Amino acid sequence: MFDDFMVRAALAGIGVAIAAAPLGCFVVWRRMAYFGDATAHAAILGVALSLAFSMPIFIGTMAVALLMALTVSVISGRGYAMDTLLGVLAHSALAFGLVAVSFLSGVRIDLMAYLFGDILAVSRGDLSVIWGGAALVVMLTGWRWSALLTSTLNEDLAHASGIDPKREQLVLTFALAITVAVAIKVVGVLLIAAMLIIPAAAARPMSRTPEGMAVAAGIIGMLSAVVGLRAAYVFDTPAGPSIVCVAAIAFLTSSVIGSLISAR
Amino acid sequence: MSLVQVEGLSVRYGARTVLSRVSLSVQPGEIVTIVGPNGSGKTSLLRTIIGAMKPFQGHVTRGSGVTIGYVPQKLHIDKTLPITVARFLKLPSGRTATDIDQALTQAGVPDLSKAQLSQLSGGQFQRVLLARALIGKPDLLLLDEATQGLDQRGSASFYQQIDQVRQNTGCAVLMISHELHVVMSASDRVICLNGHVCCEGTPAVVASAPEYRALFGTGTGGALALYRHEHDHGHDHDKHTHNHTEAVE
Repeated sequence: MFDDFMVRAALAGIGVAIAAAPLGCFVVWRRMAYFGDATAHAAILGVALSLAFSMPIFIGTMAVALLMALTVSVISGRGYAMDTLLGVLAHSALAFGLVAVSFLSGVRIDLMAYLFGDILAVSRGDLSVIWGGAALVVMLTGWRWSALLTSTLNEDLAHASGIDPKREQLVLTFALAITVAVAIKVVGVLLIAAMLIIPAAAARPMSRTPEGMAVAAGIIGMLSAVVGLRAAYVFDTPAGPSIVCVAAIAFLTSSVIGSLISAR
Repeated sequence: MSLVQVEGLSVRYGARTVLSRVSLSVQPGEIVTIVGPNGSGKTSLLRTIIGAMKPFQGHVTRGSGVTIGYVPQKLHIDKTLPITVARFLKLPSGRTATDIDQALTQAGVPDLSKAQLSQLSGGQFQRVLLARALIGKPDLLLLDEATQGLDQRGSASFYQQIDQVRQNTGCAVLMISHELHVVMSASDRVICLNGHVCCEGTPAVVASAPEYRALFGTGTGGALALYRHEHDHGHDHDKHTHNHTEAVE
């Protein structure tokens, strides 16, 4: 069954959707969308470094994504204008990454594969990395769920309950770095943030509890992956962007239905 | 034994010293109110007591086994986060449905458990926060301007609820309030803070202290007169609060 590239692609997409669902909810609730973007964009620098030092791509991208996420965490809350700062960091990380890749003489790499993903070329090895990473992210967010949720609601309430919001922020940062490293093969650095945010945002109108929203985001993400792949096959379109397009249509549908229901 | 003892506490926010050498303690069952102008370090004091800020000097000691319930100043719930009142009260863990119902009843909003947090009115929301603080059966309740954004009637009934909670559970209350008429009538002790403790004592003592008058002027003499008047006459609680709101309006 794993011999079929479409099956491997679908499994890879589903794996990423599962990791992205709980994490994406936190990204939306904590208004970290740009933070996710900056982390993802930094991953291209990780790709360049991995290739330069002949390391597995997963390790390099995760290390650089983690470094970027930590940098942003440290800087945040120090009175800088966050959106400007993140805009600077996200795009300069991307630019430096692209420049770094061009220095790699002798190595012919398909830059497009890292920018937009190459889900149809997912190998058995990639698949185990993706599912391993997804399992880690789900376990991490599941284990810290209540503490994460409490510190997302209010940091002082978290302190009053004996929870250290800074530690929970680190947990999220770490999970984000894993997700970026895992998702790069599937949707590419430019669209990773989309996989985090769009399914979660699409799940919002139909959810009454945080847990419900995470599950709904997972289902929407998985459906987007499968339907997007099928559409890419039928219409001969790029697979990663097709998946994001389906998720975006799901968001639109859910928003319209949601506003119709609340207007009634 | 004091529930909480603050000794020689200094707190810095970056390079700025927001509190210097503050000492105070809260005894079981008493209502202590902190008053002070904006930026006088009131919120920093409460946040240091719950452990959200670190002392620069001095220390905060909790009596052994003392539990604290905290009602923050303002809580913004992002509309993207769907959560019911019951789920909110269950966080972080270990609360049963009975605990939740009991706390909501104590806070005066028994029917809200299935409501979405983002759809509550200001008054309802404050009571849900109160319920959250009460759910751990606290020995000490910390309130940080809990009635901010409520109208006169709303805040009067909120303080009435606090009073009732104290009578039912015997917990002590340490609160920050801007509403001097409430402070003067409801507190056992008032601490006037302006980076340091300016003066403290019973409402009557504080209101006549020159340090307090320098900060708040003499305009609050009326509130004090009302306080005396109220304590000379009857103890009907509804009438009590009602009179206050009228007098202030």
